[in-house]
Amino acid sequence: MARPMVHAEGVRKHFGRLDVLKGIDLTVERGEVCCLLGPSGSGKSTFLRCINHLEKVDGGRLTVDGDLVGYRQAGNRLHELREAEVAERRRAIGMVFQRFNLFPHLTALENVTEAPVRVAGVNRTDARAEALRLLERVGLADRADHYPAQLSGGQQQRVAIARALAMKPKLMLFDEPTSALDPELVGDVLDVMRGLAADGMTMVVVTHEIGFAREVGDTAVFMDEGVVVEAGDPRRVLVEPEQERTRAFLSKVL
Amino acid sequence: MPATAHRSAEPAANAAGGTEDLVAVPVRHWGRWIAAALALVSLVGLVGSLAKNPNLHWDVVGHYLFADLIFDGLTTTLWLTAAAMALGLGLGTLVAVMRLSANPVLYGLSTGFVWLFRGTPLLVQIIFWAYAAALYKHLMIGIPFTTVTFVEFDTNSLLTPSVAALLALGLNEAAYASEIVRAGIQSVDPGQTEAAHSLGMKPALTMRRIVLPQAMKVIIPPMGNETINMLKTTAYVSVIAAHDLMSNIQDVYAQNYQVIPMLVVAALWYLALTTVLSAPQAWLERRYGRGTARAGHVSPLRRMFTGLPGLLPTTRERKG
Repeated sequence: MARPMVHAEGVRKHFGRLDVLKGIDLTVERGEVCCLLGPSGSGKSTFLRCINHLEKVDGGRLTVDGDLVGYRQAGNRLHELREAEVAERRRAIGMVFQRFNLFPHLTALENVTEAPVRVAGVNRTDARAEALRLLERVGLADRADHYPAQLSGGQQQRVAIARALAMKPKLMLFDEPTSALDPELVGDVLDVMRGLAADGMTMVVVTHEIGFAREVGDTAVFMDEGVVVEAGDPRRVLVEPEQERTRAFLSKVL
Repeated sequence: MPATAHRSAEPAANAAGGTEDLVAVPVRHWGRWIAAALALVSLVGLVGSLAKNPNLHWDVVGHYLFADLIFDGLTTTLWLTAAAMALGLGLGTLVAVMRLSANPVLYGLSTGFVWLFRGTPLLVQIIFWAYAAALYKHLMIGIPFTTVTFVEFDTNSLLTPSVAALLALGLNEAAYASEIVRAGIQSVDPGQTEAAHSLGMKPALTMRRIVLPQAMKVIIPPMGNETINMLKTTAYVSVIAAHDLMSNIQDVYAQNYQVIPMLVVAALWYLALTTVLSAPQAWLERRYGRGTARAGHVSPLRRMFTGLPGLLPTTRERKG
């Protein structure tokens, strides 16, 4: 069997005295779309941010494509890597944020070409052509020269997806990608994500879109209070959950 | 008045005249007219009296306005302003980054630097640097705890009035600039840094390409202010005879006793230079304002003239 894309064993994280993650075990296979669901404060976003080391893990093992994220193992200790080494590993992991976080001083096109040119060393012409192709893919080729402030939330989020894809990631992380959008703009973003999933991209998606999780997700993981309560086929977990906590959550959001 | 207008537009009146004949008459601002007239009359009176005052000696002003001595002083003032601002901004950015550093020693040192140079009067610092040679007669570069010396300087010949002036102004400016730069960096949403990191950008690249360009929008207006302020502050270095504009002006009036006319010469030049300096600031603000949906910069002069019709009763009220 191929190496899993994401493998977490007993991942722990605390902020001060608050335990946010209390030992998360989770495996995401290649090409799998894994949706993380749960009430706010359940630790799902924190776990997602641990995957690309935006948050430091306090204990446990977390690997992406077999490599520890942000750490080097020596004996039974994990030594944190230098920023430059972490940056190197992050290149292969794309991330899309709830608040888009586009660079406001750069146009949509420049947002997409920035990292390939400055980090991956792609020449400007190639980066530009690839960026236009990606913007085309998310349906925004005609907005290439617009600044983020001139785009709607849904358009900004699709540029953000194109920006992450420009680094040719093997894994894409989505942190509530549609939560900050007006309802009528959610569909366009989900369509782009559906397309990505169909192309075989491995995705971990923190979302409140139960419909999306049921339709596109290969697995649904329900988290609460820092633990995985229930995981499995979304058509089972989100339709006939075994756990009372999952049922209680679903009855509130559906 | 609106209330009257309502009453006069009663059905009977309406039926007679028809609504298309109703014309809205804006409020007439008699108070504004009276205030403007009073202010203008006072201004004309003041200027006229100054122009006719024989004690002001306009001939002396005219004689010295373009004198070589004044141009020499201007040159010094200008390079001193530029060099002190460059030193201030460069060192200030370094101090700002140190203050934001996770390293407690760097944080402590930079905080101490700001505390010291912001907490003592500039005049004290200028005179201190001019007389610093009294503290150390010689400066040398060598290997500590040995007698090996590579270069040795006589402090007095190193710390000329110009160098002392530059050090004093530059270090003092660095303390203020560091706070401006720090505020600018902190004004950038942390999500920007996270997004850059998630793309594999290293901290230095993130700072240079993502954070600083956005911080510039916050940094430039106060730094423009600082530059204009610096141009005038250089006048302080006349106390150590650094041959800036003000030093030379003082040299002249110490001999011919024409204090007021010479101060007019100084004031005219400082005014001219600060006016010229305002232009690049507006340009920089526009350049770093890219991507923000903000209305373009309106120059104060344009604002004054487009505001003039506001006094007239027939034009519509400007929107606030």
